[in-house]
Amino acid sequence: MNLRRDVFQAIADPTRRAILLLVATQAMTAGVIASNFDTARPTVSKHLQILTECELLKQEQNGREIYYHINAERMKDVADFIEPFRAMWEDRFNKLEDIMKNYKGK
Amino acid sequence: MEKKTKIDAENGKQDLTITRVFDLPVELLFKAYIEPEIVEQWMGTKVLKLENKKHGSWQFETKDPHGNVVFKANGTIHEFIPGQKITRTFEMDNAPFDVQLEFLEFEKLTDDTSRLNMHVVYRTPELRDQMLKLPFEYGINMAHNRLQEVLNKLK
Repeated sequence: MNLRRDVFQAIADPTRRAILLLVATQAMTAGVIASNFDTARPTVSKHLQILTECELLKQEQNGREIYYHINAERMKDVADFIEPFRAMWEDRFNKLEDIMKNYKGK
Repeated sequence: MEKKTKIDAENGKQDLTITRVFDLPVELLFKAYIEPEIVEQWMGTKVLKLENKKHGSWQFETKDPHGNVVFKANGTIHEFIPGQKITRTFEMDNAPFDVQLEFLEFEKLTDDTSRLNMHVVYRTPELRDQMLKLPFEYGINMAHNRLQEVLNKLK
């Protein structure tokens, strides 16, 4: 649950969204990602750390370099940001149905 | 598990629809919307006022275990056709969101099944998206509150 909220915060930031779009095209190192932004390198590193912690990005060692990949599975969850809203109504309606089924039995 | 509740929210629009088919006769589905003690059970909120008539008004309130108000909402009923339709406004107190307009249509499918079609119109597309994301953002808080309630009952 906590993780899901963090994911939402992660994608709420425009720079992090831009990083995700960039890495989606191909896996790349932190240096190459940073070279695409005017932002200071440590700032980009911080963004990469957050995205990795939220499992939106995966790190992969390739020789001496660390490459960042998109975690497609996780991205699919996030793309569907409507799901918690839907789940909230589903939960309410399931309760409504249960209550009224018992009501009918009375 | 089969998803019984469907949300239709087209990109860039300021409205959305929520559709659900119930294993209930339409009369019982409608009753769940007009009897305060039943609304309280499935909405998980206290019903302070619910006037089921044209130009009537409603008011809901939820308190945490310490008695602090965590959710309060109100609105006016604009159209009330028993067993068929409720048109009403919905506004959260002390929240930076404008009022929204809700069209609730209750439809008989068979003697034992019915469908609810809820059409919600927001002031702007941005506001709609914000409201869609609320359960995502507050999910963790709600989980905490529920946990607290359960713990208090154990005391």
